[in-house]
Amino acid sequence: MKNTELRYAGQPAAPGVAAGPLVRRPVAASPDRPAGGTPAEECARLTRAMADAVAELRALAGREGGDAAAVLEFQIEMLNDSALSAPALAAIAAGDSAHDAWLACMTEHIANYRSSTDEHFRARATDCEDMRDRVARLMAGRHEDRAWLPEGAILLDTDLTPSRFLALNAARLGGLALINGSAASHVAVLARARGVPMICGIGREPAQAAAAILDAETGELVLNPTQATAEECARRIARRRRAASSAHAAMAGDAVTEDGERVAVLVNVDEPDAVPDDVLRAADGVGLVRTESVFLDGEEPLDEAAQYRHYAALLARVGDGPCVFRTLDVGGDKPLPGLAEVPERNPFLGIRGIRLCLDRPELFRPQIRALLRLAVDGRVSVMLPMVSVAEEYRDARALFDECLADLRAEGVAAAMPPLGIMIETPAAAIAIDTFGADFYSIGSNDLTQYTMAAARDGGGRVASLNRPGSVAMLRLIAHVVRHGRDTGREVSLCGDAGSNPTVLRALLATGLRRLSVAPSALGHVKQCIRQLRILDGDETGRNEQQDG
Amino acid sequence: MRTARGRVPIRHHTGLHARPAVKLTRLARTFPAEVRLRGSPDGTWVDAKSIVNVMSLKLPTGTTLEIEVTGEGAESALAALTGLVARDFDEEH
Repeated sequence: MKNTELRYAGQPAAPGVAAGPLVRRPVAASPDRPAGGTPAEECARLTRAMADAVAELRALAGREGGDAAAVLEFQIEMLNDSALSAPALAAIAAGDSAHDAWLACMTEHIANYRSSTDEHFRARATDCEDMRDRVARLMAGRHEDRAWLPEGAILLDTDLTPSRFLALNAARLGGLALINGSAASHVAVLARARGVPMICGIGREPAQAAAAILDAETGELVLNPTQATAEECARRIARRRRAASSAHAAMAGDAVTEDGERVAVLVNVDEPDAVPDDVLRAADGVGLVRTESVFLDGEEPLDEAAQYRHYAALLARVGDGPCVFRTLDVGGDKPLPGLAEVPERNPFLGIRGIRLCLDRPELFRPQIRALLRLAVDGRVSVMLPMVSVAEEYRDARALFDECLADLRAEGVAAAMPPLGIMIETPAAAIAIDTFGADFYSIGSNDLTQYTMAAARDGGGRVASLNRPGSVAMLRLIAHVVRHGRDTGREVSLCGDAGSNPTVLRALLATGLRRLSVAPSALGHVKQCIRQLRILDGDETGRNEQQDG
Repeated sequence: MRTARGRVPIRHHTGLHARPAVKLTRLARTFPAEVRLRGSPDGTWVDAKSIVNVMSLKLPTGTTLEIEVTGEGAESALAALTGLVARDFDEEH
């Protein structure tokens, strides 16, 4: 019987198109369970597999470093604890096979964590599943076997933890389709950074199918594609590949407009490990380092020392270029797990960014101290998110001063980096002259939605009003740029507007000469800039970009 | 045999959870003495050198942790362990 084409709608989480076999991660242990031996042999089999699992995890932690390593450290500690496998060893002594005894023992641990009322403890169930599967596989005598995931396969899963994603080889993965999950999740960030097309929130279990197409532009998973669908998809993949290779070639060299204006193009960094070195070399620096992963990925924020190491590892790779770190920007729509927040009726207008940090200095201080220590190591700048009045900048600056004094008293090397603010609220843009910050970086995503009172994901009519190139936006940006020029302060723009070809010219016509864009957009943005003439433009922004 | 006991509140926002638990058990294992923990006056004592046991307590933030050390160097081990918890596992400054 001919299979019919089936379509499942989800949300795009990382752009791209992929075609390949549809694969599910094998659940539980290997089906080919090893033949049972004597209790002594079975005990030895389990103990050896656990030691091998620790070795694999150590290798993985060593390769990934940073946050990813911290996630794996907990599993290593658990596997090294004889109490973990004690019930399994007792069951083996009573006649069970190592395989059955291990699965029964881990099922107990998993159920126990899953029944917890505390979300942090509940989340450990997935770590236990990882351990269960890894050890079971090793007992079957197989090393990290990726045979279940053929090259270019589309992986279907209910959800995926960062540790599981990291254990996959992103270069082999064609695409990722999650039944649950969120485009804001850390896995989505990793997928975007590593160029793995991803959709999430399919919401229901798809049918069994051998072949699939993952369209992360429309957010669709297509099973058993017809020949016409498959051909259309192949054409799009080829087109994307050509565009990607020409953009990659355009990455090197300065971005100079046709009429001779040099534009600095920096990159935004979410996940340092995932930004290739050639992109960092080709960029004019890093214009935005998002630090949320330091707080959100693990079960708890990294401490000062771990944050310092995390930041320093990126700084070392950036080399001579500037590196602008944004302090913690959570709250509102990106809540920090474990913080008992009163649900806000309108999180975008609530406790976000600098507001949350000033409310919770115990959370903010370790980051400030880590960044002050980092400032002696390279061209570091620090900027504060979601500032709306000058006193927020003053209060934050006072905290920085206090922490610097503490560090000096402790004899720790530290320095005050240039401290700037992000311009994300119309209030900050309009009253730009009241802040006296060291530099300004326009966060065009938030500035657009607050100025236009229209959410990007608002859909239909609302989303169509979310125009970074509107007259109001261009006037605000021009106002900030002019203030920067008049007072000798650097102004840059680090939102998605900078990589939007339809508004790029209007942005540069305001006098803006510094953009920070997603690593994947670097080549394309430089390409666009080189084809623009901007000096005969209208700086007041009367030429509205309708489709911006 | 010397026994030392102390109590210290857990302030970490995730409770005695993955990373704090890793730190605590690693520190406990550096002492030759026996180290036990419990999360309430009528709670079960568990071996502080075993992360599986420590995690099984599922102690949330705000819990007063009771630590009991028996054997060589009990006092200094207790001071080091309560110190780590009191310093919030060296994650705040």
